Amino acid sequence: MLQQAFNGLVGGAFYALLALGLAVIFGMLGVVNFAHGAFYMLGAFGSYVLLDSFGVSFWLALPIVPVVLGVVGVVLERLFIHRLAPLDPLYNFLFTFGLALILQDLVKRQYGVQSQPYPRPSALGGSIDLGLFTYPAYQVFVLGVSVVLCGAVWVILTRTRVGMIVRAATERPELSRALGIDVARWVTPVFGFGIALAAFAGVLAAPMRAVNPLMGSDLIITVFAVVVIGGLGSVFGSVAAGFAVGLVSALGNYYVPSLSQTLVFILMAAVLLWRPAGLFGREEAAL
Amino acid sequence: MILSKLAGRPFLLAIGLVVALVLPWFIYPPVALDIACWALFAAAVDLLLGFTGLLSFGHAAFWGGSAYCTGLIALHSGLPFPVAVLGGAIFAGVLAVPIGFLSVRLRGIYFAMVTLAFAQMVYFVANQWRDATGGENGLQGIPREFFGVDLSDPFFFYYAALPFVLVGLFIAWRIVRSPFGRVLMSIRDNPNRARALGYSIDRYKLLAFVLSAVLSGLAGGLFTVGHGFASLQGVYWTTSGQAVMMVVLGGIGTLWGGAIGAALVVELNDYLATAGFEETGIITGAIFILVVLLFRRGVWGTARDLISARTSRGRPAPETNDAKVGAPV
Repeated sequence: MLQQAFNGLVGGAFYALLALGLAVIFGMLGVVNFAHGAFYMLGAFGSYVLLDSFGVSFWLALPIVPVVLGVVGVVLERLFIHRLAPLDPLYNFLFTFGLALILQDLVKRQYGVQSQPYPRPSALGGSIDLGLFTYPAYQVFVLGVSVVLCGAVWVILTRTRVGMIVRAATERPELSRALGIDVARWVTPVFGFGIALAAFAGVLAAPMRAVNPLMGSDLIITVFAVVVIGGLGSVFGSVAAGFAVGLVSALGNYYVPSLSQTLVFILMAAVLLWRPAGLFGREEAAL
Repeated sequence: MILSKLAGRPFLLAIGLVVALVLPWFIYPPVALDIACWALFAAAVDLLLGFTGLLSFGHAAFWGGSAYCTGLIALHSGLPFPVAVLGGAIFAGVLAVPIGFLSVRLRGIYFAMVTLAFAQMVYFVANQWRDATGGENGLQGIPREFFGVDLSDPFFFYYAALPFVLVGLFIAWRIVRSPFGRVLMSIRDNPNRARALGYSIDRYKLLAFVLSAVLSGLAGGLFTVGHGFASLQGVYWTTSGQAVMMVVLGGIGTLWGGAIGAALVVELNDYLATAGFEETGIITGAIFILVVLLFRRGVWGTARDLISARTSRGRPAPETNDAKVGAPV
């Protein structure tokens, strides 16, 4: 039971990292990035290719892959997303949908649909005794790293000047501009950062989840539901909802196994009925 | 000029009908049926996207949900296929009521995400509820008969299904042209004003959503009977995405453009599959991205702009407004 809860939190860590990236991108650009799951998948494949072809270890892949994919994100933003930004946000949603299809099928063409093996880093191969039960060390590491990372982003957003600008630009873009803040300057880096977070989650997922081209697309739809529950554009809401949904689905899976996959969507329906803007969202943003 | 305008619409309609009637003579009949079904599905999605301003990314739930319901009726009752298809369409409409009720209150991008999530829920339910849906095997051997007439030849089934597709398209066209359709367009263009004028916009949007789901269900049911099977593919998110792609390719808010988009996508997928190229997303995704970046009016919309620019030479070009999806030309 406690172990189930722990499993749920580890699963929730991935939701939280992806939802966090989606939320900062949405806040800054007003874009819902459908390709977020594809970048998560590319993160996992990136670390697989680095290990398989170049012998680069997990510990090096952990910084390299997110940085490289973050740069790819920056280029994408400059070349395409930026152009569609003044139009209806649905066009960027459609653009990133097309992009996700391309990325997914390109990887599928190269590696097929079967899962690629990725070993756990040897330092984290064993298990840790957590007092009440023993748990695989790698999973503990994933949970720890993502909590620290989400916390760090939270500190950056609330305690630093950059974070203040991003928050101001997220909540009141016109007013921030009127107050002399160069909002446009921060748009591209924030997009790249969101992509890097997705890639980071992908690298973390490689040793414990099946590395295959479809790993991102199913996950991203669940993350959409997570973001709707937390309130789109609310950074805190996305992270909290990520962990909470992970926890609730694991416990739901424990008690009512047949609901394991649908529970998150039932939660979403309940939240929409009760608070259409999400638990931490602002009404005016959603309705 | 006036004469050409008067002649234009019936002329195009006649061409469309002739193409629909002779299609299976020129292309492989099952592909012709696919085009017809997807054309109706695309028109149903365009009813929401182009005329109500709602991008549904979850219409696979209605297409695929109806496919299962149609298949189950045809398999277990032995009723003629039109009854099964109508049953499927009604099921899709019923399914759309709770989904629409929860979704239509949300704006633009939220609506897309929430409909996508609900469709994924339907997918998981279909995957898990093996007794009814057959899980990953799907429903197979769905009969194609009509009061004892065997329609298993795809060529004949095309002509049995075509009237239903045409009636569905006619209904979509009637909705757009009706006072109800005018209200939908006013909601698309200015929801606050529509509300201020006393229209209960959520109720209008919900009704549009349900009607669109019924038409999608009609298309999905015909597709299922035509192929003789219902599978998880029908409720998967790629099916929703493909319908949206067809609408955008053909031109948002053109209704008939979706048929052109459907023909292009189905033909392209068929060509690639025949050539042994399975990863069709690379090609269709790239074309789709180009259309979103460069030709947001789509094939039909671009053609219409060119024609109207030619006929109204000297007059100022019609004001185009890309900032809003489905904005009037």
